[in-house]
Amino acid sequence: MTEMPETYLDAASSTPLHPRARTALLAAVDEFGDPSRLYGRARRARLLLDRSRERLAAAVGASPEEVVLTSGGTEAANLAVTGVARAAGRRRHLVVAAVEHNAVLAPARALAATGFEVTEVGVDRTGRVDPAALAAAVRDDTLLVCLQHANHEVGTVQPVREAAAAAHDRGALLLVDACQTVGRLPVDVADLGADLLAASGHKCYGPPGTGFLVARRHVRLRPVLLGDERERRRRAGMENLPGVAAMAAAVAARAAEAPAEGQRLAGLGERLRAGLAAIPDVVLHGHPSERLPNLVAFSVLYVEGEALLLLLDAEGLAVHSGSSCTADTQEPSHVLAAMGAITHGSVRVSFLRDATDADVDRLLEVLPAAVADLREMADLDGRALERASAPTDREGSGP
Amino acid sequence: MTDAVTVDCIGLSCPIPVVRLAGAIAAVEVGGVVELLADDPGARVDVPVWCRLKDQELLGQHDRQGGGWVFRVRRAR
Repeated sequence: MTEMPETYLDAASSTPLHPRARTALLAAVDEFGDPSRLYGRARRARLLLDRSRERLAAAVGASPEEVVLTSGGTEAANLAVTGVARAAGRRRHLVVAAVEHNAVLAPARALAATGFEVTEVGVDRTGRVDPAALAAAVRDDTLLVCLQHANHEVGTVQPVREAAAAAHDRGALLLVDACQTVGRLPVDVADLGADLLAASGHKCYGPPGTGFLVARRHVRLRPVLLGDERERRRRAGMENLPGVAAMAAAVAARAAEAPAEGQRLAGLGERLRAGLAAIPDVVLHGHPSERLPNLVAFSVLYVEGEALLLLLDAEGLAVHSGSSCTADTQEPSHVLAAMGAITHGSVRVSFLRDATDADVDRLLEVLPAAVADLREMADLDGRALERASAPTDREGSGP
Repeated sequence: MTDAVTVDCIGLSCPIPVVRLAGAIAAVEVGGVVELLADDPGARVDVPVWCRLKDQELLGQHDRQGGGWVFRVRRAR
């Protein structure tokens, strides 16, 4: 049996290694020296580590000592929220957008159990935070405001600069979760007004197990991982040197390449949206203009998201669903719920940097029939049971 | 109060409650009322959103004794 060619449309979950990241990874894979030691091998490792950190810093407009290397975006976000809280004085209030990634929401909620107060700010139907509502939630005792650069499920780009102004007006810090935007949109900490910025390696064509947090010089941060004084006492543990070198190569390469791709990827998105319009009862999610160029999110009414994914997978199509019926949780997507959007039958399509028209064509070739099949099953099932359960005197209950 | 058609989706996960609500609304006359019982957490979000998308009137929604919710929806068109 020959394996079916894969059409990978889940770049927002994870991306393949960039060729430059692969080269850097292979070049560093035998660098086992501990950068914190003093002999020649260790100094070589230190040089590579420093150079990688400089590349990461330059790609996001930070200085190298502001970069804390982590095991990924999740750890970066956890370190930001928890680390700032551990260093807090009298400020004991956090503001978070309701549509933040769980890597931000979960540590914030954990703090709420230890005497911090957390205010969640809602979003409109496009998934966007209202800057005025966010500003109104910031108080004189607010420590940290958390607003993602772009949403991971629907791609809506958030008003980060306005959030920075609102936070700074009251002396609070701003954390920007940029895991979806580093390598896709221009990201500059000074331009965004971010005091902290979290990024992921494997969502940016780097290897899994890598990420980084930018903590600007004025930010007081206590470590979460304890045990040594690495990363300027902000994160203990031996650095993943081959991974860091590869992530730095990927982030640097993507910062240079991405601006030229946006229009082409947005064009693919437009083609997909136009094709989806031909399928009845498909609802698009997200903002019409303020959005990631490579992400299209929608819900297919009357269809279970996971079932749809399995049918698409059988045709070699890899997409993600934020459906309520996923195996690991029975809760509906908190993002779609906060937006007041249909949570069942949700599909997220996110293009890789080299996606083509053929990828869109393949999805549009398979999707309508898969949707029709599932609806037929649901409808037969639903109608039959509905008839069976309808009260017999229904005719008498007309208008 | 007019009699409502009751659709019991207790124990059934999304999208079945919405599928059956849609089917029941299509089966009643305009002005008719469907009472939907559901306990899937997704239904709490999706039933009001479906009513909005389909221009159907959500008359009310309250907690159901024993868990879940009761939604009363009037066919508006």
